[in-house]
Amino acid sequence: MAKKLEDVQTQQVTVVQTSQIKGSKKSKFNYYLKELIHHPSGFTGAIILVIVILVGIFGKMIAPYDPMAMDLGLKLLPPLSEGHILGTDQLGRDILSRIIVGTRVSLIIGGVTVIGAGIIGTVIGIISGYFRGWIDAVIMRIVDVTLSFPFILMVLVISTVLGAGLKNIIFALIIAGWVAFARIVRSEVLALREKEFIIASIATGVPRWEIIVKHILPNLFTPIIVLASLQTANYIIAEAGVSFLGFGIQPPTPAWGNMLSEGRDFIFSSWWLITFPGIAILLTTLGINLVGDWLRDVLDPEYKK
Amino acid sequence: MLGYILKRGVQTLIVLFITVVLVFFIIRLTGDPTYLYMPDDATDEMVEEFRKQMGFDRPMYMQFGNFLKDVVTGDFGESIMYRQDALSMVLAKLPATFQLAFGALFIAIMVAIPIGVISAYKQNTIFDRIGTGFTIVGQAIPGFWLGLLLILLFSVTIKLFPSGGGGSVLHLILPAVTLAAHSAARFARFTRSTMLDVLRKDYIRTVKSTGAPMYSILYKYALKNTLIPLITIAALDLGVLLGGAVIIEFVFSWPGLGQLLLNAMMGRDFPVVIAGVFFIALSVSVINFFADILYGLVNPQVRLK
Amino acid sequence: MPNGDVVLKVNNLKTYFHTSRGTIKAVDGVDFEVKKGKTVGLVGESGCGKSVTSLSIMGLLPKHLAKIEDGGINFNGVDLTNISDRELRGIRGNEISMIFQEPMTSLNPVFTIGQQLSEPLKQHTKMNKLEKKKRIIEILTLVGIPRPEGVYSQYPHQLSGGMRQRVMISLAMLCNPKLLIADEPTTALDVTIQAQILELIKEIKDRTNMSVVLITHDLGVVAEMCDEVIIMYAGKIVEKADVKTIFNLPKHPYTKGLLKSRPGMSQSGRKQKLESIPGSVPRPDEMPIGCTFAPRCPFAMEKCFSEKPPLYQLEKQVSRCWLHENEGKEIF
Repeated sequence: MAKKLEDVQTQQVTVVQTSQIKGSKKSKFNYYLKELIHHPSGFTGAIILVIVILVGIFGKMIAPYDPMAMDLGLKLLPPLSEGHILGTDQLGRDILSRIIVGTRVSLIIGGVTVIGAGIIGTVIGIISGYFRGWIDAVIMRIVDVTLSFPFILMVLVISTVLGAGLKNIIFALIIAGWVAFARIVRSEVLALREKEFIIASIATGVPRWEIIVKHILPNLFTPIIVLASLQTANYIIAEAGVSFLGFGIQPPTPAWGNMLSEGRDFIFSSWWLITFPGIAILLTTLGINLVGDWLRDVLDPEYKK
Repeated sequence: MLGYILKRGVQTLIVLFITVVLVFFIIRLTGDPTYLYMPDDATDEMVEEFRKQMGFDRPMYMQFGNFLKDVVTGDFGESIMYRQDALSMVLAKLPATFQLAFGALFIAIMVAIPIGVISAYKQNTIFDRIGTGFTIVGQAIPGFWLGLLLILLFSVTIKLFPSGGGGSVLHLILPAVTLAAHSAARFARFTRSTMLDVLRKDYIRTVKSTGAPMYSILYKYALKNTLIPLITIAALDLGVLLGGAVIIEFVFSWPGLGQLLLNAMMGRDFPVVIAGVFFIALSVSVINFFADILYGLVNPQVRLK
Repeated sequence: MPNGDVVLKVNNLKTYFHTSRGTIKAVDGVDFEVKKGKTVGLVGESGCGKSVTSLSIMGLLPKHLAKIEDGGINFNGVDLTNISDRELRGIRGNEISMIFQEPMTSLNPVFTIGQQLSEPLKQHTKMNKLEKKKRIIEILTLVGIPRPEGVYSQYPHQLSGGMRQRVMISLAMLCNPKLLIADEPTTALDVTIQAQILELIKEIKDRTNMSVVLITHDLGVVAEMCDEVIIMYAGKIVEKADVKTIFNLPKHPYTKGLLKSRPGMSQSGRKQKLESIPGSVPRPDEMPIGCTFAPRCPFAMEKCFSEKPPLYQLEKQVSRCWLHENEGKEIF
């Protein structure tokens, strides 16, 4: 099983060492920019992502209304009503403003989780792949079990134990999420260990930490970046799902997931309550996935063929 | 072949053991699990008594020993909410969830294979672009939101399918399609890339040289080469589908294990949560076990090893 | 029109590849004939266009990339470049069949030998299941496979490379083709197996009186197998003659170079010094203006770098070189 799971994983994220592009940082940046413009789907994704991030940063400043301000006189206004482009919800709150403010929650959760899970997974993956032996065996068993267990269910169970709230949902996502990184990093490290330049370093007595930091880590950059981009989208969807079920971000704090949860009760009368927050999620994950696919294309010369 | 089955059987047992360990530790993430089981207004004496009764005051290794014994004997305790045997509650709901997951898997495969094959054969044409667009959106869309949209479209607007509940094939269609979307996108993408790979192989040129027509080359020869790795992907996805079913069952009020689990989580009914989680893990392991054997049966190169 | 004795006549064939970086003239005006019961060798380094020529004949070019721009391929009076896919499929695997270079990868790993061998019979005959099996066993026996009934239900990975190439040959021979195209049939095999496979092809050819186009870079194989030899370089024929002339009286500098670069004994019996042709085949996007071989040619003159040489008819062969300007008759 372990072997096959690994095959499947590597097919998803074909992993190749970083091809170093020569030249200064600026010309490297220009190179990637040029590649991006010539990659229509990646370019579209990047534009979507930049807009989403800007909305996330400026949040409340660009929201037309206070996202928490209720006005029961103006409840359930359909889209394109005066002053409320996307309409209002059951408590008369402006949906556009709630979506705009909710952006930051989703991005923070996606970002913090991917950094946390990425760092933990990378460290454990390096330990597992570099030192091998019993520690590797134990770690990989845990990784196998966690990976074969449905991700969203794991997050739900952990959230139930820990309780709701921003910090706890991030914690739950990290606990369920680090394994994906550990697996990829481990298989990369195992392959790198067999490379001549690593063997030569070991033979000439270079200290372990120096080999890991100077030779192994830089070569892990590409697979980690590609995996991270795809995982971020999964985390955002998972958080929205958990909040939708009532275990994540609690109302009245606006988050895309709990907006959908509240809107579900009005699905037969007010379609806009569930439509627009979902579009926000879809656009964000679409943007991230498109950029992720482009990153894989541009960073991974094997994949281009 | 018998040795292979035996080896995989032992591996499955190890996976289950580690699952038990993981569940044991997740329940204790907050330290003392007693509070998880108790209502918020429980008095100190009640908590103390319950702790003794459950054995949570004993040393960790004894707690684990008891837990393991309970799991092996199928004694997950009594539901706190319903005062029924937790295990039988879970078993009663299992078939409905399986219906949903296998229905979704069936739909996903039926949709994905033609899309993947046509996209590969008509690479870089309009068919390919539509197919690829489908896979990109399918992978980015949150399943539960797709479910809400389908309800909006097919139950609210054109009233073709019921919006929720269970009992008939008609009830099954919308949730199964919703659950299938993400897998279908992944399978189609995988089928396309594998098919492209296969179509470039020497043995396909050999069949062409015999004068076989294109449809026979595609659907008789190349498809078999593509399907063999797809089996592994599809089997691994059953776990994802079982997890996804939890949310989708909630969206469509499908009377399965997901509903039961969610209610149990909301009511902090941990005996039921643990029994449900364990049975999902068990199902995933058993499915993977059979998938491996199936893979061995269809792939002549594995069969003999 | 070819006379009755000619099975295949390739006429000014031009096959170009259209890539994002421009057009590559993989085959650029190739003419030759294959007579009944004869073996013609197509010889050259990799990238000279010999494989593309054979794929053009078979109609197996990658469709979206390569295209036959000009010329004809006349097979028994039918122009293969000018018939429908369906008609071509009726000929392919039936009257013309092909053996490929890589026996290890040319058979599908997930189908049994029997399943794969029944495909041409399914396409070109009306045999029932039992007749097909009988014919397959018969042909497997013919190509020297021990226990053909067992091999019938085995998978390719259970057979050795030599056995797989025998299976490939039987696949090609099932419908008694009039023309066999063998693309480097022995390159991937062990030396001892090579001789057996060549012997087998020769034996079948003599028995069935079919014609063979043998593609190879190995002049040893040519000496063994061929009646006529065509030397190709950068998409063009540089020399064409019968096998004796090629070995005894080569005219083109490239042919001479090829002969010198193969290991062998001189007439005095002493080991000769092995020479190699300096440089490599020009890249398709950097073709010289003049003779394509000029940059590597020890006899190159000024003219060779500025003008493309025509093909000259000499006493015993044709050769494309300015050296023959005063000696032969220009034919193109």
